[in-house]
Amino acid sequence: MNQTTFEPAPSTSQFASLRKEVRDFLEETLGKHYPAAEQARSWTGLDTGFSRKLGARGWLGMTLPRKYGGHQRTALERYVVVEELLAAGAPVAAHWIADRQSAPLLLHYGTEQQRIDILPRIAAGECYFCIGMSEPNSGSDLAAATTRAETIDSGYLVNGTKLWTTNGHAAHYMTLFCRTSKAEDRRGGMSQLLVDMTTPGISVNPIIDLAGEHHFNDVRFDNVVLPSTALLGQEGDGWKQVMGELAFERSGPERFLSSFALLAELIRVVSAAPDRHSRRAVGRLLSHLMVLRHMSRSVAGMLERGENPSLQATIVKDLGAVLEQEIPEIARSVAPVEAEQGSTAPYASTFARTLLAAPSFSLRGGTREILRGIIARSLDLR
Amino acid sequence: MSDMVSETAERLFSAPRTDDGEGGLSQAFWAQISDAGLPLGLLDESAGGFGLTAREALSIARIAAAHAAKAPAAETMLANWILANAGLDLAEGPATIAFGLTLGKDLKLSGELQRVPWGRDAASIVLLTQDRKVIHLSGGWECRHGLNLADEPRDDLIVDCTLRPGRAADANFDPKTYLALCAMLRVASISGAAQAALGLTVTYANDRVQFGKPIGKNQAIQQNLAIMATQVAAACAAADMVAAAFPPHAANEAIFQTIAAAAKLRAGEAAGICASIAHQVHGAIGFTHEYQLHPLTKRLWSWRDEFGSENHWAEEIADAFFSEGDVTPWDFLTRQD
Repeated sequence: MNQTTFEPAPSTSQFASLRKEVRDFLEETLGKHYPAAEQARSWTGLDTGFSRKLGARGWLGMTLPRKYGGHQRTALERYVVVEELLAAGAPVAAHWIADRQSAPLLLHYGTEQQRIDILPRIAAGECYFCIGMSEPNSGSDLAAATTRAETIDSGYLVNGTKLWTTNGHAAHYMTLFCRTSKAEDRRGGMSQLLVDMTTPGISVNPIIDLAGEHHFNDVRFDNVVLPSTALLGQEGDGWKQVMGELAFERSGPERFLSSFALLAELIRVVSAAPDRHSRRAVGRLLSHLMVLRHMSRSVAGMLERGENPSLQATIVKDLGAVLEQEIPEIARSVAPVEAEQGSTAPYASTFARTLLAAPSFSLRGGTREILRGIIARSLDLR
Repeated sequence: MSDMVSETAERLFSAPRTDDGEGGLSQAFWAQISDAGLPLGLLDESAGGFGLTAREALSIARIAAAHAAKAPAAETMLANWILANAGLDLAEGPATIAFGLTLGKDLKLSGELQRVPWGRDAASIVLLTQDRKVIHLSGGWECRHGLNLADEPRDDLIVDCTLRPGRAADANFDPKTYLALCAMLRVASISGAAQAALGLTVTYANDRVQFGKPIGKNQAIQQNLAIMATQVAAACAAADMVAAAFPPHAANEAIFQTIAAAAKLRAGEAAGICASIAHQVHGAIGFTHEYQLHPLTKRLWSWRDEFGSENHWAEEIADAFFSEGDVTPWDFLTRQD
């Protein structure tokens, strides 16, 4: 039987000065007292000005080659920067997807021209991506996607609808997962296309979430004509490519730090006189985070060595989402408060924002049940 | 080297044994463990060890646990490290670790030590006294037998003796560090027993047929086994995390304590979840004395409470954090690397 093992995590202590630089930058850019409720937006807070500043500091496209505007830093250095941004609740949403997974995807599968055109702009914090995977009838069952790209003389003709497209309204490009041919295997015949969001025939419509916020969209393709150079990688390899991309999508510290702002706020509230109940709660949560960080750094080490950490990332994401969703429940037992959106009391508003975001933690990037199905398969149960 | 140690431990601990008594240690078994050098696993080469990393050395505890081995291999390994560190002679056989008592005038030592692992079989006891001495005891106690849930000896020792000269040294560490070191052993052991329980449970789920198919084909079972696998992974990561912080030294003592505490808490939590799922999937067969799941789950249930339960360590970590006043939670987490 297989048991997934994690290699020992590399230490980040050699990057202490980088960590310090990021902290100083964050304090300077966001201010010493960036509100906790803003921090609680975690990686859904969108601020293009902030993304550009980050790019100017060389903290986007960190692992990309210099000739594409990157900085040839290690995966571990990128890890340090990313976790500092998340812990501070910095508004990273604009560039998040581009920096995390679209840039590696383009580096791997893009044409030279696409790399030259796009990667430097990602590294500068000026070019943003969204992911076209889910559809009205294709959520967890990604292979059920029906958006089609027909081959025509000038390239592709695309029709279909993508759903839950995070930041579709702010993105310059989409990486579109769609059907390019009929195949017996339902995972076959799929491809990834690079879509310029300004192409005629694309309409982006907001979907407001339960908190009243606009993060995701439906994106419709009505006879959209794409050039043949839009193809990323090989036609028919879309499934394999997307699965590879998920390793990046699931592996980062954003998968266990979504509720960190609330934990920090809870600690602030109880710190004057922590009773036994709150000490036990805080000690426990800090322990869980220490072990999750260890596991996450182990994944970063695998990325660094060019290994595929998709299983390990799946495990970290599942454990991380459980913890992220536990934090608001623990908070209300330790320091009871009625949640109120927009309250001037930082704890109440941070609690509200985290609680209202919490259902998404075990949905986005693969539902809990899908992740556990993947883990079960790794145990040779399926 | 690491492969060699793992292979040796695997061979030794997986061999079927007929000489296991109720509770106590088989002398023949110990002779094999000792001949293989395992009790010296944590020592530096300069102190008589083989230059293993802590992770490699602690794999001995992990593998012993996976086979529910009845021997104080882990305890002796740590006892020897503490002795070497304090400049005292190494253990003269199976050894264990205990906390308490105060060294009196004229090197007199008396009082009771409770629930000492493998006390009845120990040739040497490493005693960490309340007045911060490390003492190498090799006799002078009476033993009142006790057991943990897994029938591992946890004996009360009534000590009344006068130490031989050269058997006591000032402790190099805070008492909490010694407890943290013991916790580190249990983390490694929990990770091994949990891994083994997962292996047994997955095999059972694939073999046991109900409703015309292996029960492991049911999504409900798969989801529970996936949860168990994530908990096993967390326990193993906790073991790696504390191994990477070993050995404690003057400059990192507080950090070592915190890391060991977090690791024990996390592994302890995993232990309970893993035992519960393993039994649920096994059904009635896993509840029998004959089937060999219970030696693993009983160890998990016992070890999570030994050397500090989850609540104990949670409070310790919180105290360490809150006592500093101006450190942010994020600083606290990131300086542990």
